[in-house]
Amino acid sequence: MDGVGQKIKARKGETAHRKTLKKRHNHYFLYALLAPALILTIIFKYVPMYGAVIAFKDFSPLKGIMRSDWVGFKYFEKFLNSPNFTDIFTNTISLSLFGLICSFPIPIILALMLNQVRQAKIKKNVQLILYAPNFISVVVIVGMLFIFLSPVGPINQLVSAIFGQPLMFMSEPGYFRSIYILSGIWQGAGWSSIIYVAALAGVDPELHNAASLDGANIFQRILHIDLPTIRPIMAIVFILAAGGIMSIGFEKAYLMQTSMNLPSSEIISTYVYKVGLQAGDYSYSAAVGLFNSVINVFLLVAVNFVVKKLNEGEGLY
Amino acid sequence: MNLASSRMDRFIIGINYILLTFCVLIIIVPLIYIVIASFMDPIALLNKGISFNVSSWSLEGYRKILGNEAMTRGFINSVFYSVSFSILTIIVSVFAGYALSVNELKGRNLFMTMFIVTMFFGGGLIPTYLLVKNLGMLDTVWAILLPGIVNVWDIILARTFFKGIPNELKEAANVDGASDATIFFRIVLPLSKPIIFVIALYAFVGQWNSYFDAMIYLDNAKLYPLQLVLRSILIQNQTMPGMIGDQLAMAELKRLSEMIKYSSIVISSLPLLIMYPFFQKYFEKGVLVGSLK
Repeated sequence: MDGVGQKIKARKGETAHRKTLKKRHNHYFLYALLAPALILTIIFKYVPMYGAVIAFKDFSPLKGIMRSDWVGFKYFEKFLNSPNFTDIFTNTISLSLFGLICSFPIPIILALMLNQVRQAKIKKNVQLILYAPNFISVVVIVGMLFIFLSPVGPINQLVSAIFGQPLMFMSEPGYFRSIYILSGIWQGAGWSSIIYVAALAGVDPELHNAASLDGANIFQRILHIDLPTIRPIMAIVFILAAGGIMSIGFEKAYLMQTSMNLPSSEIISTYVYKVGLQAGDYSYSAAVGLFNSVINVFLLVAVNFVVKKLNEGEGLY
Repeated sequence: MNLASSRMDRFIIGINYILLTFCVLIIIVPLIYIVIASFMDPIALLNKGISFNVSSWSLEGYRKILGNEAMTRGFINSVFYSVSFSILTIIVSVFAGYALSVNELKGRNLFMTMFIVTMFFGGGLIPTYLLVKNLGMLDTVWAILLPGIVNVWDIILARTFFKGIPNELKEAANVDGASDATIFFRIVLPLSKPIIFVIALYAFVGQWNSYFDAMIYLDNAKLYPLQLVLRSILIQNQTMPGMIGDQLAMAELKRLSEMIKYSSIVISSLPLLIMYPFFQKYFEKGVLVGSLK
């Protein structure tokens, strides 16, 4: 008996030994695969996070980040007290808030509409066209806006014919927000509907048939079958969008800016670019950027909390 | 079935088709307008609007664009940036995604958290710019390729996909004495062609359409990607040197610069718009796999 027991023990020891060997071996290769991403993330994401301390310093390129003098919240106060602050802050918030409110429901409605199309071929072709603008660059989109909305452009030819004079779409501050948001919907609504379309396609057709037999009309079926299906996705999309409220894109707003529409088109990200890279006021610009990031994280956590409460405990995390 | 409600349903479905047609028109009409306008004389376009009379069309705008050095160089640069960026993305994000999908990797939750944090919080524009500057990367192609190369979304996408590959496959190979490198390159990667393709496509499109990094990191016009050249033409209303003869009268200058706008939009957007229908399946897959968390 003893001999057998020892043999078993020995064999156990052997497999354990082989397992550790395998494990150690795994480590090397897997770490090698992970290394590029990890190293690049540390360099290009974490080092700048440390670099953000220049927001609390009087950064001088000669002294470098380490040796520049601490000034505490001087630059944050400078931003909060600057005459531009209220405008820039409200512009940022209202552009993204209105954007979120207007852009969020459209893809859902589109998906519900597409879901009613029974002929697969028609559905596919319509989707093909609706998704296409997503692949046009922001430079071209804004270029098209300038073309279509110019004082002599096709839209204004129509406007002139009706009202007698053209509307100054790209220079009047009052139009900036609507143009920004509507063109965003034009470009992105189709693409954003993909995720909902896919979820709706997963609904068992029998469910709809049964509901029809019971006399449910199309709206009742959408309300009681389709919408509950996509509700979890709606929650996640909403959290992500709301969390990004303050990080509203630089790229499009900057291109759409004209000297005339600045009162409504100057947002935090374009301001950071201008005072930082164009005027060279590094510390001040970094402070404005940091202020923005902190609000952003705060918003994400807050929205997630609220959605979790409303959505029966289902949030992003 | 309830007769009244089914009649109502048919009515609603009819309305639905009309609304969808309307949506399709909203998307397609501006695009067709640009394409037709690119063949037209700007003065005629201004005075009489779009003309479907093909005999009055000309290729003048395209000739100006295609013969222009800044534009062709921008095009070639963009192809180079987009292709390199796609390849690097695979090496960096897909490889990392695989490593993070393997349960034996110690500390993978920590690494994952490190990546995810960067999705929501960053150092900001100025510290990143200063870093790139201190690394001596300003005005080099590395400034375009490296700072944005780690895409956490891609890592998550790849990891989700790799987790779906049955473990038995890897174990069987392991028993046969295959090393982990062999398993990865010979078994896992060949199975993952679709996901790699999806990620590469997204990287390509993203890089092709972006201008921001090039704008802040590049001074040398020879390195400019297409989008930056387009920005001067479309937004800043500049014509590229050599695009139009210098001694032309103002009116002629204006006419040509208007014409070039349309043709440059078509030339720059065409590659993606032609490519996309063939790959629609893959692009959709990208959205869907990613959303599974």
